[in-house]
Amino acid sequence: MKLKLRVWRQRDAAATGEMAAYEVDGVSEDMSFLEMLDTLNEELLLRGEDPIAFDHDCREGICGACGLVINGDAHGPERTTACQLHMRSFRDGDTIDVEPWRAAAFPVIKDLVVDRSAFDRIIQAGGYVSAPTGAAPEAHATPVPKPDADFAFEHAECIGCGACVAACPNGSAMLFTSAKVNHLNVLPQGVPERETRVLDMVATMDAEGFGGCTLAGECATACPKGIPLPSIAAMNKEWLRANRKVKR
Amino acid sequence: MAVSGLLMLGYLVAHVMGNLKVFFGPREFNEYGHWLRTMGAPVLHEEWALWIVRLVLLATVAAHAVSAYQLSRRDIKARPVAYAHKRRRASYATRTMRWGGVIIALFIVWHILDLTTLTVNENAQPGHPYENVVATFSTWYGNVVYITAMLAVGLHVRHGFWSAAQTLGAGSASRDRALKAVASGLALVLTAGFIAVPVAVMTGVVS
Ligand code: HEM
Ligand code: SF4
Ligand code: FES
Repeated sequence: MKLKLRVWRQRDAAATGEMAAYEVDGVSEDMSFLEMLDTLNEELLLRGEDPIAFDHDCREGICGACGLVINGDAHGPERTTACQLHMRSFRDGDTIDVEPWRAAAFPVIKDLVVDRSAFDRIIQAGGYVSAPTGAAPEAHATPVPKPDADFAFEHAECIGCGACVAACPNGSAMLFTSAKVNHLNVLPQGVPERETRVLDMVATMDAEGFGGCTLAGECATACPKGIPLPSIAAMNKEWLRANRKVKR
Repeated sequence: MAVSGLLMLGYLVAHVMGNLKVFFGPREFNEYGHWLRTMGAPVLHEEWALWIVRLVLLATVAAHAVSAYQLSRRDIKARPVAYAHKRRRASYATRTMRWGGVIIALFIVWHILDLTTLTVNENAQPGHPYENVVATFSTWYGNVVYITAMLAVGLHVRHGFWSAAQTLGAGSASRDRALKAVASGLALVLTAGFIAVPVAVMTGVVS
């Protein structure tokens, strides 16, 4: 396949960027989107140009490092990560726009790479459980009802990629934060911090400059892990409950 | 947003039921209009209950508008650089919440000047709400203004009711379809109920 690309190029955080046009030839439909970008970068290197910077790590859809807005869709047209998106989703001669996540809380570092440490600070605010150290406890010592375990697993799938923020018309981080809060709040291990977790994580999310949720639903459509939209209502319920319990 | 929105929604349900009394003729409708002024009596003085309702509504509209302004400011600030590749985001009802809200706010002002203070309603007589309603819908602009605003209300309620349920933590995967159905049902009943009056005047069913 031969493709036309328009890619966001920005030298560094302070520079003003722009969309730059490229052509890539010899793209196989079995390549991943990132391999297609590798092919282009090899050419750019041979021509002595600066290769396009983009984030990636596992390339198997589990780490959450990759993140590109492809033709206006976070992670592109399929419900998967950019690294697991294959070129068979495109056709010969297509023009593809590639942009970084756009959010005030995710400033661009270079080209398609953004700084997602705002997510780390949300996790630091409460995305953990306090556990006594030592040998792993006996698995049956803390029974977890099956529906709760399923609910926790569903939310534990979040890989922190940030596609929800990128897709949201308001740049809101509610889906990510709700995945993390719901995952731990439903489990017995998460009970000691149940109230402070949701209050602190939501407060940090707001302080980081993410937008407010208007339930547009674009986050859940973009999420490669299928974190569902009702997760946000579940977090709101936890937040209201915590406000009733904790007077501060 | 959610609490003030739901309070106004409750008012709209009462309002549409009152409006539909227009189909039972001038006597019943005007008596109903008179009752609105005397409700609460003899405990309350004439018009006191009405003024309490008006003040509560004013407060909810103000709270709703202020929080809508703050939320919109915050949301616009959170996406300072727009995507070069444009595409439609979210459903029509969701996308039109902001402008729909502004249209409804402007409508509320017109509506009060038209049927409460009667300032912009030519041929209006104080104390004759039935005749004033007929006068409003005997002008083309009256029909255009009311029908447009009621379509906006329907869209606003369709996203707003469901959205408010999520904000208040009442949403869940198993309840989602029911909540969406109630939202659409409310939107449809309100819009159809309100629009029935201008349509009835236009077609001569009410005159
Ligand atoms: C002053 C006029 C009004 C303005 C400026 C306005 C504006 C807005 C805005 C901007 C939102 C934000 C939600 C979003 O972006 O998705 C909203 C939500 C909402 N509105 Fe209004 N609106 C007005 C009147 C009304 C009326 C008359 C009702 C009653 C039917 C209503 C019911 C709601 C509800 C229930 C919500 C959802 C709250 C939530 O998301 O939690 N609004 N409105
Ligand atoms: S909720 Fe989904 S889209 Fe958002 S960070 Fe987690 S995995 Fe990515
Ligand atoms: S590179 Fe790890 S999820 Fe895409």
